[in-house]
Amino acid sequence: MRARPADEKPRSSAGLLAKTVLLGLTVAIAVWAAFPLIENEAWTGLVILLATTGGLLYLYLTPRHIPLKYLAPGTILLILFQVFPVLYTASTAFTNFGDGHRGSKQEAVVAIQTASVTQVPGSRQYVLTVATTGDPTTGSLVFLITDPATRQVFVGDANGLRPIADATVGSTGRVTAADGYTLLNAGQASARSAEITALAVPTPGGAIRSSGLSRAYEGRAGRVYEASCDCVRDTTTGQTWTADEDAGAFVAADGDRLAQGWKVGVGFGNFTRVLTDPAIGGPFLRTLVWNFAFAIASTGGTFALGLLLAVALNSPRVRGRVAYRILLVLPYAMPSFAMLLVWRDMFNTDFGLINNLFGTDVDWFGGAASARLAVILVQLWLGYPYMFLVATGALTAIPRELAEASRIDGASAWGGFRRITLPLLMVALTPLLISSFAFNFNNFNAIYLTTEGAPFPADNPANGATDLLITYTYRIAFGGGGAQYGYAAAISIFIFLIVAVVSAASFRRTRHLEEVNA
Amino acid sequence: MREWWRHGVAVLMLLFALLPIVFVVSAALNPLGTLSSSELVPTGASLGNFVRLFGETRFGSWFVNSVVIAAVSSAASVFISALAAYAFSRRRFRGRRVGLLSVLLIQMFPQFLAIVAIFLIFSTVTDLWPEIGFNTWWGLILLYLGGALGVNTWLMKGFFDTVPRELDESATMDGATHAQVFFRILLPLVAPILAVTALLAFIGTINEFLIANVFLTDAGSKTLPVGLYGLVAGERNANFGMFCAGTLLTAIPTVLVFQLLSRYITDGLTAGAVKG
Repeated sequence: MRARPADEKPRSSAGLLAKTVLLGLTVAIAVWAAFPLIENEAWTGLVILLATTGGLLYLYLTPRHIPLKYLAPGTILLILFQVFPVLYTASTAFTNFGDGHRGSKQEAVVAIQTASVTQVPGSRQYVLTVATTGDPTTGSLVFLITDPATRQVFVGDANGLRPIADATVGSTGRVTAADGYTLLNAGQASARSAEITALAVPTPGGAIRSSGLSRAYEGRAGRVYEASCDCVRDTTTGQTWTADEDAGAFVAADGDRLAQGWKVGVGFGNFTRVLTDPAIGGPFLRTLVWNFAFAIASTGGTFALGLLLAVALNSPRVRGRVAYRILLVLPYAMPSFAMLLVWRDMFNTDFGLINNLFGTDVDWFGGAASARLAVILVQLWLGYPYMFLVATGALTAIPRELAEASRIDGASAWGGFRRITLPLLMVALTPLLISSFAFNFNNFNAIYLTTEGAPFPADNPANGATDLLITYTYRIAFGGGGAQYGYAAAISIFIFLIVAVVSAASFRRTRHLEEVNA
Repeated sequence: MREWWRHGVAVLMLLFALLPIVFVVSAALNPLGTLSSSELVPTGASLGNFVRLFGETRFGSWFVNSVVIAAVSSAASVFISALAAYAFSRRRFRGRRVGLLSVLLIQMFPQFLAIVAIFLIFSTVTDLWPEIGFNTWWGLILLYLGGALGVNTWLMKGFFDTVPRELDESATMDGATHAQVFFRILLPLVAPILAVTALLAFIGTINEFLIANVFLTDAGSKTLPVGLYGLVAGERNANFGMFCAGTLLTAIPTVLVFQLLSRYITDGLTAGAVKG
């Protein structure tokens, strides 16, 4: 092991070579990454890139800051792909970000006006060619619009209309070729007809929309924004909706709200809503209690099973130990996402294996108690092999003499285990139990791939008996009732605080924290 | 015969452990290939589900995608994590304690919500650098490496702590640099825990569904969880046999990695768990 000075020269030159290659690679990647940034005039990004690269070069060329040399790679990735998204998410908790509140007020006005466009007598007609800048099946769509009078071609998308020069127009007025665009043929266009119908190209007085796949019209907006009153006025009925900057929406005198609003800060509104609204606060508490029960039962249950097995097989007198061990860790090798789906189907009422096998007719996911029992049982199956492996490892590390000594002192086998072996095991395994608890507390797949939260009470279709906070939040954030990211982010901050406090408190009770302080 | 209870416990658990696996095997061999016709003991056996899986879906690409992404990202994350664990274990610096705790705490934020942010970030990345954008190996690997520092760093730090400090101190006296101490002395000694964390990272990545589902939308770029989920999301009954066949094949890389690393794993679990 001892490095003799004589050996050192070639070694350090190999190290020097590796260092040069890696730093060269870093610079090469930085140069490669810089070009698109310059092209798109993303100066902030360029500054960050230059600063990071410069910082890395300095860090690895200076003999100082040794710990940072080892921490930098992981930390940079952590900041980019974990800290930054988490902070971004946390910041949305203070806004009303969600469906209907996505962009700026300006974007909301454009959306309201284009959505209210109708074809009126005298609307101008155009010849339409549907095209894309990307792949014909997935690329974002644009309208190529030919004015039949002038045969001038315009390209239009959700941002507006602009003329293009180099397009070839056929005798009917349809565009046959356009530089930079892929034209959709009839089959491709009809496959995406829903998107084509939805696309509206805003124009000063209204918007251009498709009528069929080859014609378009410029309709007039039925609702127009007026800056003088900061309101939206319906041109036929005369009703007005005034901008409410606190709610980020246009609200009429009678309380009617337009669906398209904009993103505004709401302060702690989302947080107080979690705590005060009885329709939300009630299920939140109930879900929290079940969430704790699930996490504790899953972690505790798998640990108890794994430990029992490890102890049972931890005797040289048991024949076939190796075969047992290999077969018992098999569930760990199976892909968990797939096995969750298989378990879901095994609990199926009509043709599920479990009802078949026991000749029962239980609607497992229909009742709260049986559904909860079922998801915990599935977690036991998925989780015990890990605990079995870990406990086996820990048991072998505890000197056998310790337990034997207690036997000689007159303690029973059980007494020796309880007083000597178990405490030693717990010291070693507590950190793993805590991280297992934190994992199970937010075990999204365990619920989403099996019960999906079912059964749901009749009065609240958004919160089921097996819902964890995280699946409940998921339904709020992405569910059918319209996405409410801001509110979902507020709930996830609560979840984070709960898990963090519980984990930190448990860590304080173990020796690990002392070692952190050392 | 005082040891009979040991066999009793083991056999009972074996029944529980193997029941779903036997079901998956017979469903995969079931010639009808539907969920409603699947039973614990198959009435016939055919490889039809496997043939359909390769013929009708892009299972081959999914498999390659999954294995490459899981192998590269778990290997890289173990290396990155080992670097950090060395600093946390052997070096004393300001912010060490805060760093250790925040590494653990940041992982406790519900990740899936950050998906909205991740989606927005990678929409920009795809515009600027399509090579590491959506539907690419590199983009997803980078994203997974964001979680390289985490519980695994703690496990490794614990293991590093068990290696006597005198070893690296004497090497330093002999003129070894900190990099030589790390690469030539410590890394070989902590091989068991590297194997364990590599296995944990591999299993975690090859099973990851939420992020991959948002990130990979092209039929050919999907990973196994995303592709297999798509099989039963719509046609749950009809495709069940194919799904189970795919599940069995998905287990193969995990078992191989387990076998490959098994020499170290018992040691790693032992010493990584019991320390200090």
